[in-house]
Parts: sequence; structure tokens; C-alpha cells
Amino acid sequence: MLKKLSITLIFFILIAGCSGSDNSPVDSGLENGIFHFGNGSEPQGIDPHVVTGVPEHHILISLCEGLTIANPDGGPNLPGVAESWTISNDGKEYIFYLNKNAKWSNGEVMTADDFVWSWMRILTASLGSQYPDMLYYLEGAEEYHTGKITDFNEVGIKAIDDHTLKVNLKSPTPFFLGLLSHYSTWPVHKETVLKHGSIDDRTGEWTRPGNFVCNGPFQLKTWELNNKIVVEKNPHYWDAETVKLNEMHFYPVSNVMTEDRMFRAGQLHLTSTLPSQKCPVYIEENNPDLRIDPYMGQYFYRLNINNPYLTDVKVRKALAYSINRKLLVERVKRCGQIPAYSFTPPGSNGYYPDTELPFNPELAKQLMAEAGYSESNPFPKLEILFNTNEDHRKIALAIQQMWQENLGIQVELVNQDWKVYLSREMVGDFQVSRAGWIGDYEDPNTFLDLMRPNRGNNKTGWEDLEYDFVMQKANSTNNQEERYELLMEAERILIKNMPIIPLYTYVRAYQLSPDVKGYKPHILDHHHPKFIYLERD
Amino acid sequence: MLAIFFKRILLAIPVLFAVATITFFLIKIAPGGPFDADRAVSPQVLKNLNEAYNLNASNWEQYVDYMSGLLRGDLGPSFRFPGRSVSEMIATGLPVTFELAFYAILIALVMGVFSGVLAALKRNTFLDFIPMSIAMIGICVPTFLMGPLLVLIFGINLEVLPVSGWGQLPGDKILPSLTLGFAYAAYIARLSRGGMLEVLNQDFIRTARAKGLTERMVVVKHAMQGGLIPVVSFLGPAIAGLLAGSFVVETIFQIPGLGRFYVEAAFNRDYTMILGTTIFFSAMIVFFNLMSDLASLWLNPRSRDAS
Repeated sequence: MLKKLSITLIFFILIAGCSGSDNSPVDSGLENGIFHFGNGSEPQGIDPHVVTGVPEHHILISLCEGLTIANPDGGPNLPGVAESWTISNDGKEYIFYLNKNAKWSNGEVMTADDFVWSWMRILTASLGSQYPDMLYYLEGAEEYHTGKITDFNEVGIKAIDDHTLKVNLKSPTPFFLGLLSHYSTWPVHKETVLKHGSIDDRTGEWTRPGNFVCNGPFQLKTWELNNKIVVEKNPHYWDAETVKLNEMHFYPVSNVMTEDRMFRAGQLHLTSTLPSQKCPVYIEENNPDLRIDPYMGQYFYRLNINNPYLTDVKVRKALAYSINRKLLVERVKRCGQIPAYSFTPPGSNGYYPDTELPFNPELAKQLMAEAGYSESNPFPKLEILFNTNEDHRKIALAIQQMWQENLGIQVELVNQDWKVYLSREMVGDFQVSRAGWIGDYEDPNTFLDLMRPNRGNNKTGWEDLEYDFVMQKANSTNNQEERYELLMEAERILIKNMPIIPLYTYVRAYQLSPDVKGYKPHILDHHHPKFIYLERD
Repeated sequence: MLAIFFKRILLAIPVLFAVATITFFLIKIAPGGPFDADRAVSPQVLKNLNEAYNLNASNWEQYVDYMSGLLRGDLGPSFRFPGRSVSEMIATGLPVTFELAFYAILIALVMGVFSGVLAALKRNTFLDFIPMSIAMIGICVPTFLMGPLLVLIFGINLEVLPVSGWGQLPGDKILPSLTLGFAYAAYIARLSRGGMLEVLNQDFIRTARAKGLTERMVVVKHAMQGGLIPVVSFLGPAIAGLLAGSFVVETIFQIPGLGRFYVEAAFNRDYTMILGTTIFFSAMIVFFNLMSDLASLWLNPRSRDAS
């Protein structure tokens, strides 16, 4: 009996195994126009006003569309729901002319009112959206969100007619069109949302397959939790002719090694990332599927200004000057990362900061001596806080060694669970803490705004009125050249005061099947699926 | 036996109550909250979020609220996945986890009992040494190594089996079931060998042989019934362990089971999800332990008569 069972089992393995080997999902995807997309982790949801995160963005960009869309070749945004727009001379008034063919996935025509209602929704405080500040540039938006005004008519968005939308901003915001390709500004279908809950209902079931209505190139077909989300071509999309894919399958593969194996076995066209230890190997092997794209993200260390040992700017500078960034990216990261000498990644929409961060151990030692530390009065033990992750540990180990060698400082590495790390950062319970920031839109403001006083993500305790003044001034001018000069001045103030130590600029490293065409490098990692298609050379 | 069953069920209620209470307050002590994120939200937004999930109330009020919901069978909404209830997510992951555990335990039993019994019957021969050495390797090699190894051989090099997924591609259930089953097969092999060796030396086996039964009858009908009692006792905790501990295999093979929800909920501070899955798994452990105790009682004639 047992023997028979064992033989059956082996037979089953062989039969089932052989039947699966002929046609991999990548091969069949090519025939059927199905794009198999490795998407990192299970998305929290697909309500664009509630969720945050990269996997959520990948799915939402296929399901919904804002007034503008990211340009796949870089540069200014392309028309989305708005087919054209005009901007007033003072840069504060935008008139959007909506595409009359723009429809919801249920076939209803989109109107300017849809945007008014959607923006009212994200600014409704009780919804608890985490991105309302993306619209704070509108007149009265912040006041409405914080309850200072209660009449939404006072907010700077009006429907002039069914297909014309007027937006009034507080100050000229040259990156405003760029903001509109961020999912928090995208519309939601009023009737569908209200059918399943109220305007501020986070838990309504309107995002389920069968209920979900939006206006993107694809529509939601199925959603199996932790398994796969399938979206299919939306026939009502205004530019459906351009859309070549029939379906996209999103796999929430949280384990990077599993994702790598899936790609190698032909189960994925695209991986969300790459196991960091494999990147140098793939570079060496000239792996044709490896892609390393520029990415608007910065890896840096936060210094807690309120810590008594870090209040002296000389100490902060000494710490920054004793780090060999080139060595860090060449020997530790080894995946095409770029040493960072400014807070904003250079090249963000034509912005090239001129700040310098020398690797100069002698100068660093001298600064430490000036700060009053010597062999007889050594600098106390310093703690680097990071969330548990092998890559962060490697960086911290390298910096620990550099500080020990170059400054003679004893450094302790403290790794904590993600939430504990966040909570310690939030309450200022750290000395040095690792950090990363990815731009929300293609403008230096997405980085530099972070360090203004009272910004929740500053976390360093550093408040500089001059910096705040320059930033304010930069954001009230309509002249881009003048604005960039002011932003660069802010950048210089930041690097002079060193509340953060920039380490390197991120890259997007992933694997892409050669069958995938039209998936171009994009600094914000925005890839509108209507430009993507499958073709074998 | 029925009395034992009801007595144990009654005892389980305070156990589960204690589990729920301790877990509730432990997660409140843990630093960090469900809405802490890399991109910190403003205090205003945080207040709104806490209000939406009743987290502004005192711990005691939240506890009473949660427990009264629990009594009604309501495990609350997930904090991490807006619009999803914990019960719904458990119901989604459970069939997959059960199916995986079922195949794994089946593989473990077939492989384990077969090699264990064979080893006992052919004691101190190659048929004993080889399966037992493999079993020892099975015990020593963790699933996080075994899984990728099997994938490398059968998925990447031989290209005969999919490397991940569950029910999407033909044969994608084989490698995860084998990975999970193999570790338990090893334990079962050693347990059944030990149990069989003990029984094979007993008088009733000698009697069975003396009365002229075939060796197969002696082994299958007489020896195995007693020899496999340790295996049955092991099965209860093993099945519970398989259900709660399949996280690693689920992650390696991208399986949408409950184990991933359980572990990820803890990392995300998804309070209701942590509570829901902990209480559910506790109930499972209690239930399968009870089942295995009852099966052991039933298999052992002495205790069966006594009860």
C-alpha cells in the first residue's frame, strides 16, 4: 500500500512537472499580450486617496489617470484626462480643458466636477489620507483640510463647465503639472464611492473587483490576496488604441530571492528589485536582463541636533568629511549607485546643486579638535540607528570603520524592527539614524521642503529661519532660473549646517525580459502602461 | 472519551481568553503604531486615522470593545489593508494553508512511516542506516535551505517544476509540499522506527508470529498499531505547527497562505490582524492537540478500555 502510494506520488511529480515545462508564463504572455509584473508586496489597497507606496502606485497607474501623465522620455508631463491647459502669467491660475472622450471604466463621460469632488474627498480630514499636502498648493486647501474653513467653495478648484476646470494656487508652483501625475491627485468615481460608503469612508468596498470604477487604461479584473491582481484592457479609455497589452498580472513577491528565481524560470517579465548581493554578479556576467536606471532617491544619515554631542556643527561636519562615499558605492553597494554630495539628487528636472562634501580626514580631525575633542578628551561613543536589513548593516559597518579609523570615534550599531526604528526616529531617540527619501515629483522641492521647520519628516530637530525664508522665496517666484538659484542657496545652507549627511543617490536595479518594449528609464519610476508592449526580437 | 472531549473543550475557553488578553496588551506595549510610516504623517492626519480605528480611546475601552466583538465573532478591520476585515483575510488564506499542510503531512506520513517501519524491520542493515541518515539530514536542513535547493534543482536547472505560485501553473504545489513535508517526514521516520522497535520485541508480537500469521500481517495489523502511537501523538502539535509555521515555505514559494499574514501583521503592527491570527492559531493548536490525544487514546487498547 505504502509502496503504491509512493510510486503514485513520484509519477504525479513527473507528469505534473513535465506538463508545466513547455510554455512559461513569459512565453504565453507574449502570445496573449499578458505582462507578468513582479510587484514587491501586497498593496494595502487601490483607493488612490487612502493608500501610499510603490506597489500601490504600479497598480494604480494602470487603473486610474490624472489630469496629466508622466512623460516616458522624461521632461514635462503629457496630457492625461486634460487634453490641454493654460497657465496665467503670474503662474497661479491653471485652466484645464478635459478630453471630451475621457470616460470612466463604466462608460460614463468624465466631467470637471469629478475632479472637484475627488479633491474635496482627499482634503476631507476624516478620510485620514496620508497625502493631502500634495494639494496644499491650492488656495484654501490646507485651511479646508485643517478645519479652518468649512466651505469647499473657498478652495481653489472650480468646474467652469463640464469639461473645463479652473485651479487657483497660493503661489506660482512650477512643478504643479508634475504633481498631477501623482496618484493622490487622481479622480475617483463619486457614485461608486458613495454607493459603498460615505466620502470619508476608508473601508468601503468600492475598490473590490466588480465594484471598482476608474478611468485608466486598464480595469480591475480579479484580486486574489497575497497571490495576484489581474487588470484587463479598459475599452472605454480615451486612448485605448495606444494600449497594446491585454492584461497585466501583478504578483506581490515580497521575497527578493523568490522574485529572482521566478524571473529566471520565466514566470515574470519584470522584477520589482534585485537581491543586492546579486547585482555585482549580474554586472560582471553582463546579464542582458539587468537594468540599472537613475532614480530620484537619496540615502542619507540623519543627525539628531538635539543630542548634546551633535549640537556643534563642527562635529557634524567632521562626521560628514570622514566618509569616503566613493568607496561606499564601489565596495559596499556595487550596483551603480552614485556618491551624493547634496541632499537633492543632481539632475532632478535640470537642477544640479553645486554643494561639495569633501572626503578629507585631516580636515575632519581638525574640526573635531576645534570642537574640543582630543585624545585626552575623546568623543563619546556614537550610535547609528537603522532598521533591520542586511544592506543597511553593511553601510553602517563601513561608516563605523571610517569614523573609527579617521576620527577615532567608537561607534555602536543598533538595528531595530522597522516600526521601532520609525518610532525612535519620530521621538528623537537617536544620535545618527539611517534614512532614505524618494521624490514624489520631479522637482528639488520634494527634497528641500523636507528640512523646513515643522515638517514631520525633518526629524533632525534642525530649524533654520534663513533656510525657511529662502525656500519660501523660491516657491513664490515664477522664474525657474531664479527659483533654482534660490533652491541651490537653500541647499548650500543645508550642507553648511549638516543636519543630514548625504551618502549616495539610489538607482533602480531590476530585471526586465527582452520581450518588454517601451519600458523606459524614468527618474520617478513612473511607467504608464499604455506605452508598454511585448514583442520578441 | 466523549467526557474527555467536552472537558478539554471547556478548558480551552479560558486558555483562548488568556491568549487574547495577553496578546492584546503585549501589542500595545510594543513600540511603534500601525500608521507609523517612512513618510511621517502630520499629527492632524494621525489623529484622524486613530479616530477612524478607535485608537484614541483608552486601552481598557479598546480591550472591552475588541473582546465584545470577538464574542460576536467579529475580529475587526485590518489596519494595514483598508476595506478588508481580519475574518475575511483569515478565510482567504486558510484554505491555502490547510491544503499545503494537508499535502505536507501526507508526504511526511508516507515517507516517514514507510522508511521508519522499514528501518525498524531491517535494523542495523543498510535499509536502516540509509533512511535514518536521510532523516537526520531532513531534521538538520531547515526549510529555508531545502526550499531554494529543490527550486534550484527542479525549477531552474531541470526546468520540470514551477519555482513558485499555488494553483496557477501545473505542478506548482509539489515543491512547497515536499519542502514542508520533508522536515516532518524526518521526525516521523525516527519516531516510527523507535516506536516499532519497542513494539516488535513485545510478547504479543511473538504470539502473533507463533500463531502463524504472515510477517506482513504481524507488522501491519499488530505492530504498527502500537508502534505508531508516538507518531500519532506527534501529529497534533505537528499539524498545528504546520499551519502556524508555514510562513517560511509560503514566502519562498509565494503562496497566499495565512502564515504570511500572521508574520507580516506583526511587522506592520496591524493590531487586529495580529490578534485575530494569534487567537485563530491558538484555537487550532488546542484543537489538533486534543484530536491527537483522542486518537492516541483510541489506538492504545489499555487507555481505551480505561476511558
